[in-house]
Amino acid sequence: MSEILEIKSIRCGYEGTIVVNDFTLSLADTTQSCLLGPSGCGKTTVLRAIAGFERITRGEIILNGRVISSKDTQIPPEHRGIGMVFQDYALFPHLSVADNVAFGLRKQGKMKQRKVAEEMLELVGLEDHAGHYPHELSGGQQQRVAVARALAPKPPLLLMDEPFSNLDSDLRERLLLDIHEILRQRQTTTLFVTHDQEEAFIIGDHIAVMNDGYIKQWDTPYNLYHEPTNRFVADFIGQGRLIGGVLASHESVQTSLGLLAGNRSYEWPPETRVDVLLRPDDVLLGVDEGVECLITDRHFKGAQIMYTLRTPGGDELLSLVPSHFDIDIGQKVKAAVDAEHLVIFRQ
Amino acid sequence: MARVNLPILKITTVMLAMVVVLPLLVVFSGWMQSENLVWEHLLRTVLGDLLKNTAWLLLGVGIGVTILGVGLAWLTTRCEFPCRRIFDWALMLPLAVPAYVMAFVALGLLDYTGPVQTGLRETLGSNNFWFPEVRSTGGVITVMTLVLYPYVYMLARSSFITQGNSTVEAARSLGLSAWGAFFRVSIPTARPAIVAGVSLALMEALADFGAVAIFNYDTFTTAIYKAWFGLFNLQAASQLASFLLILAVIALTAERQLRGKAKYHEATRSTNVYRYHLAGWHRWGALFIVSLISLLAFIVPIIQLSIWAWGVLSEDMDGRYIGLLLHTLMLGGMAAGLTVISAMVLAFTRRTHSDFLVRGSVNIATLGYALPGSVLAVGVMLTFTSIDNVLTTMATLIGWQSPGQILTGSVFALVMAYMVRFLAVAYGPIESGLCRIRVGIAEAARGLGDSPLFTLWRVYLPLLRPGLFTAGLLVLVDVMKEMPATMLLRPFGWDTLAVRIYEMTSEGEWERAALPAITLILVGLIPVIVLVRRSAIYQGRN
Repeated sequence: MSEILEIKSIRCGYEGTIVVNDFTLSLADTTQSCLLGPSGCGKTTVLRAIAGFERITRGEIILNGRVISSKDTQIPPEHRGIGMVFQDYALFPHLSVADNVAFGLRKQGKMKQRKVAEEMLELVGLEDHAGHYPHELSGGQQQRVAVARALAPKPPLLLMDEPFSNLDSDLRERLLLDIHEILRQRQTTTLFVTHDQEEAFIIGDHIAVMNDGYIKQWDTPYNLYHEPTNRFVADFIGQGRLIGGVLASHESVQTSLGLLAGNRSYEWPPETRVDVLLRPDDVLLGVDEGVECLITDRHFKGAQIMYTLRTPGGDELLSLVPSHFDIDIGQKVKAAVDAEHLVIFRQ
Repeated sequence: MARVNLPILKITTVMLAMVVVLPLLVVFSGWMQSENLVWEHLLRTVLGDLLKNTAWLLLGVGIGVTILGVGLAWLTTRCEFPCRRIFDWALMLPLAVPAYVMAFVALGLLDYTGPVQTGLRETLGSNNFWFPEVRSTGGVITVMTLVLYPYVYMLARSSFITQGNSTVEAARSLGLSAWGAFFRVSIPTARPAIVAGVSLALMEALADFGAVAIFNYDTFTTAIYKAWFGLFNLQAASQLASFLLILAVIALTAERQLRGKAKYHEATRSTNVYRYHLAGWHRWGALFIVSLISLLAFIVPIIQLSIWAWGVLSEDMDGRYIGLLLHTLMLGGMAAGLTVISAMVLAFTRRTHSDFLVRGSVNIATLGYALPGSVLAVGVMLTFTSIDNVLTTMATLIGWQSPGQILTGSVFALVMAYMVRFLAVAYGPIESGLCRIRVGIAEAARGLGDSPLFTLWRVYLPLLRPGLFTAGLLVLVDVMKEMPATMLLRPFGWDTLAVRIYEMTSEGEWERAALPAITLILVGLIPVIVLVRRSAIYQGRN
């Protein structure tokens, strides 16, 4: 797979405040990637820099081998050919749905325009709404039109800025899956911005977790969850708690839950103070061999129950267990760790 | 909704509609008893010129306010340049300057004897330089454009703010240049607002009497005045008025048509507004343009008026001035009171008794803003004259002494004319205030045992207070500035500031018109400040 987009240590910002700094990322052709981070982390700024709405003051952005942004050159957005879907859809209120979709096809003949618009509307399931105006559509339908409009000129790269944040959760998931499928079928390289990790997990082959203008980790969803390389990612992705401990050997850690060991070794010398990340699915309850912990909170979730526990050493833990395992708050229960590998950070 | 049935409200509403319609019918009825002589005379002599002048005026002002209003709104909402925040509201201030004040300041400054030409002559040491003719079509158009562009500016500005710029960015990511996006997306989306603003400006231009009179630029309003006071020919005045009325109706219909077709809601409401950070000479260019307009349309007139007023302050700030001010305020106050009460009746009836008759009556009763003051004055005058005639006949029949003219030339006639003209001005804020009061609140009051009238008193009035205040203020200021209706209908001894300005300027005594002019601008600034603050709150919410 070749690289379609290369972002080389760019910096963006205005008048003294740097919003994004030393940001580097490459997107492989036909992949779907995601920028994930809390609001204000600079992810939208990166997207707007790629689209050409934001200047960069350092580094360069290269699309298909052509420098589109650098300190000195700034190719205007209309000459980049990059598709974009906006958070508020940004449909043109004075144009019908079909005219919205055909907007980016001005250089083609009228017949061709109409044909493409029809195809695109069929693709997003709105062929019956071609003559309607944006304000006559629901939020989800407007979103589909926005996607159809951005895809119509067959852009080499599609950018999506929090495109599902204005929809209610039910609709959001269905639309997300539909659009994911459309993008995969058409093999459109996509970069997607969101603050919602579930969205990111569904759509992203690769995800860049961002904070404070930097990339914290660029990885697959599986690795972000199971192999976070820093505390921010460990905390931001998924649930879990860090508990304190001391390296007993290169392979094991002594904690308030006993001696824990995974299938890998650590380079730090023994006696190093560390924190161990324990996900709710790493902690088993009601086992024969274990440390007795106090249940301090519980949330019933249907098939499972999420328990909050306190170890004798005072550390807090989360445990997600099947819902037939039913214990009241204030009871004690034996807990043990079952993890293939341990994620450890030096204190 | 709780059923309310108060026939008195319905009857009053229908009567208000009739009060608006009657003068108009009377204006047209002038044709029925027309002596063809007058008509032929008009046709032969002035009509062609009047139509030509009016057409040029509307065309010029229409193009001028569109370019200036839309361009400035785009600069202050979409671009970032030094002092942008100040100019964002400062550009609305010329709304407080009546067109006739702007007109005489421009003449006083730029005339042969004015400071500009005198200064040029002294610097150049000769008379041999080209200077544009001030008393010209271009001059009138420029003056009117400078005072009327804020209508377009304000409406276009709020439309650009609600649009946000993501549609522009979407257009650019789909291959349009910045200018292409502006013309193909921003402008079409803002079209209803722009059309509304331009037509407001054109109706003002059509109704203007003072500015064109000062420039000796003959339009229907000045012709009506001449026919009335110069020839004492009410017949001719009413026929001219009916022409002006037809033009106003055409303008109004055109506006409704243009706006009605394009009634799209803002489909999206943008949360982020990114502005173009103008760089290099663009920054200073933008600053130069907005400063130039602010200077020409507001700062220079204020300074010049202050200088003139200062020079005559000791002699003009006397009992006479106080008298003028008092008359102006009294007329404005009476008109504001009557208009606000009438507008409230309309709005309340519309809400509680909405049927075909009521809706139609309200629509008619609020048409007045499109009616030029001169037309109304002629209509009201003719109406009251006929009523007086009927009264006289009846009195003679039953053997009483003729009461003479009770209504004609009375303060009552003038206040009625004001009310008809400004009913829509008061109706707007009251109606929108009423819309914000949910039906449930009134129902709750009635559920707790209040009668409908008592509900009005205890629930609606307190909640409507801000709307009523705005409505009253707007009417007061508009009445104080109104020139033609006051000129034509004022009873003997009821001169106002506007009348004084006309009298002084028609003799070329700019200095002596300055003090009343400054007074009117200061009063006019109050509602503008209210508007500016409201738009600031509005923008803060975005």
